[in-house]
Amino acid sequence: MELDARIPDGPIQEKWDRHRFDMKLINPANKRRHKVIVVGTGLAGGAGAASLAELGYEVLCFSYHDSPRRAHSIAAQGGINAAKNYQNDGDSIYRLFYDTVKGGDFRAREANVYRLAQVSVNIIDQCVAQGVPFAREYGGLLANRSFGGAQVSRTFYARGQTGQQLLLGAYQALSRQIATGKVTMFNRHEMLDLIVIDGHARGIVTRDLVSGKIESHVADAVVLGTGGYSNVFYLSTNAKYCNTTAIWRAYRRGAGFANPCFTQIHPTCIPSSGDYQSKLTLMSESLRNDGRIWVPAKAGDRRAPGQIAEAERDYYLERFYPSFGNLSPRDISSRRAKQMVDEGHGVGPQTNGVYLDFADAIQRLGQPVIKERYGNLFDMYERITGENPYEVPMRIYPAPHYTMGGLWVDYNLMSTIPGLFVIGEANFSDHGANRLGASALMQGLADGYFVLPYTIGDYIARHPVDKAAAEHPACAEVEREVSERTERLLAVGGTRSADSLQRELGRVVWEACGMSRNAAGLQKAIGQIAELREKFWRELRVPGSAADLNQSLELAGRVADFYELAELMCRDALERDESCGAHFREEHTTDEGEAQRDDERFSHNSVWEFTGVDQPPRLNIEPLTFEYVMPTQRSYK
Amino acid sequence: MNLTLHVWRQASPDAKGRFVKYEAKEISEHASFLEMLDVVNEQLTVDGEEPIAFESDCREGICGTCGIMISGVPHGPDEGIATCQLHMRLFKDGDEIWVEPWRATPFPVLKDLIVDRSPLDRIVQAGGFISVNTGSPQDANEIPIPKDLAELSMDAAACIGCGACVAACPNASAMLFTSAKVEHLNLLPQGDPEKYRRVMQMVEQMDREGFGNCTNHGACQTACPKEISIDFIARLNRDLLKASF
Repeated sequence: MELDARIPDGPIQEKWDRHRFDMKLINPANKRRHKVIVVGTGLAGGAGAASLAELGYEVLCFSYHDSPRRAHSIAAQGGINAAKNYQNDGDSIYRLFYDTVKGGDFRAREANVYRLAQVSVNIIDQCVAQGVPFAREYGGLLANRSFGGAQVSRTFYARGQTGQQLLLGAYQALSRQIATGKVTMFNRHEMLDLIVIDGHARGIVTRDLVSGKIESHVADAVVLGTGGYSNVFYLSTNAKYCNTTAIWRAYRRGAGFANPCFTQIHPTCIPSSGDYQSKLTLMSESLRNDGRIWVPAKAGDRRAPGQIAEAERDYYLERFYPSFGNLSPRDISSRRAKQMVDEGHGVGPQTNGVYLDFADAIQRLGQPVIKERYGNLFDMYERITGENPYEVPMRIYPAPHYTMGGLWVDYNLMSTIPGLFVIGEANFSDHGANRLGASALMQGLADGYFVLPYTIGDYIARHPVDKAAAEHPACAEVEREVSERTERLLAVGGTRSADSLQRELGRVVWEACGMSRNAAGLQKAIGQIAELREKFWRELRVPGSAADLNQSLELAGRVADFYELAELMCRDALERDESCGAHFREEHTTDEGEAQRDDERFSHNSVWEFTGVDQPPRLNIEPLTFEYVMPTQRSYK
Repeated sequence: MNLTLHVWRQASPDAKGRFVKYEAKEISEHASFLEMLDVVNEQLTVDGEEPIAFESDCREGICGTCGIMISGVPHGPDEGIATCQLHMRLFKDGDEIWVEPWRATPFPVLKDLIVDRSPLDRIVQAGGFISVNTGSPQDANEIPIPKDLAELSMDAAACIGCGACVAACPNASAMLFTSAKVEHLNLLPQGDPEKYRRVMQMVEQMDREGFGNCTNHGACQTACPKEISIDFIARLNRDLLKASF
């Protein structure tokens, strides 16, 4: 597998400008002759599909939802970063670049991250022009806040619904293109495989989730904006339908999968309340701006929080990290919470949480201010837990939230399969081993609005395609394989639901490859996952048929792919014998208990190549070099 | 707690539907309503029956995918929530619950509790956007917007497109949905140039889809999980009136 990142020459500030000049253009009148498939309608896919159609391409856009507006980007709460420096507090493109590389613990490509910081300012302009109702100050200008791990206020937000408003902006832009006929929207269609012809990605095979019909669609290029795979843990903050199938099928067709073990655990979620729990709910990290995190200083202290005096509380983040305190990065905050709970300081009925306390902030700012900032989050918390957070501290605990790993892409966001572009969370590009808060929305929109529309044009201009691909035998062959897999799922004939089997898998992955990992645990998990996969293919029951709307069948197909991904994640975590960012190997810690990187051996992206079912995947290395931000031990003290 | 459910089962759009009775046993009061249905579905699968088809995705009340009529009330007996945010602590042991899909002619049932809400997408396609291409618009702060106006626009923009307003309305009107999108954009300076065109086209599309008219019942705002006010319908009507002359 060849891994050429195709990073343009020149100083980092000029790379993207130069590259845009060097890229081939397509005559505006000719763009309509070129067809692009976009899978997924979240921030990346929705923005990409709309922007490509505006440029004149013919776009086929696919979503397994009933409407493009349902994509999981909608659930992002906190905000979106941009290096506008509106607050005059020392922010700049370079600082956002620096913070992102450092936050990612030096496991991201500098050139990609710099470009991300550059286009961040355009995103805010674009979204405001679309009518995204960002929060404003009384003077009518945009409001900002500081967010998870940043020392400048560069985060733009729309109440606690920033993802929703940004997604609706993209959805509206997409709707406008659907109305013009430039985008053909396929709702309730799930991509189940990729069509590769003569080494180039040329189409996809989908299942119509209402009629069950399996069919192929071909184009000049294929774009995947299909999100992350946190549901491999079963319990995560991801929506129920989120899955790995689109990128996993692309991996099986030859796309490299980079750093699958880089998964992020979000520090502020509501702890699980019982075995029936279907997913975890995130409480926006913005809460950490005003909430103070603490546990009882004495292990096993079961008193109500109000009865624990100030001196008997341990504000452990403020103690460990005096300068960042409650705003310490996600990986660090999460691990310290786990440490506190593991050491017996956990709170709540199941002793599985830590307190996030707003008493000081309410005293300082008054309840109305807190209500204005976080009202909807407080309401949501109360509805779920039955407790009023204005009166008693919230209970929080970390939960899987985001996957930095994903399909490998070069500077042009193209995977190792020519013609297959991967954008947003589905790729691995910008966050390294740990993503900073409010950077996911930024990356999704950067890819969709401002990077992909240029780079895909260059590819299409250089690769004229045979228009008769629809009749190519590869289409029928892939369709046949997809039908066979569907039939196979229906034919297992066991007694267990896919959901219950997935819960078992999730527990194993969370235990071995969750917040902290070690070699023995990972090795054991690889064996367990293989057994669970066999069990799935023996005990699964999928009621109903393939010829109509069948949610059991949809889920079973997604879960089947999660077993294979889970194994690859554990292999990757085992192979990466260092700690970095969110990947915490217990064998590698500093004297202070922080992640200890090994730059000599692991300053690289691990890119896995599929070699066949039941064959070990092949590891390829993309070395990382740092010319601008010199790798140091991250310190948030 | 133990509950008796009467669930609408319908195999396909053309099939005849009916209520089927199920027992939901040993449900925790901390579970959500949809987790209760998950438990019922798990048992149905083990018994070899087809589970109840219903949609839900984020389970946090923001994606708008879920939507069930629970004993005649869209999203069930709690205020300002989507079905996925309804918790079982609002029910009591022995309760009998009727579980149905949204009922409205423009929303045909696809299966069990799943309906086709694509008419709402087509209303947005008719004008629920600001015509600006991706590119280089002016700096975001060159358009100052008074804070209260931005807040009001956000109140309307909070709509999750679940369709509860339509299900609640005796006329199956989509006026609350349509007005929320029209006014989110019409209130803002960016949305001003297309204001009248937008309101005309979206209302015309709403009519074409077969939604009924608004006769000021107000059931929509009671059902709305985001508590969007019918004041936006009044604003829509004002814009529509101006647009008509």
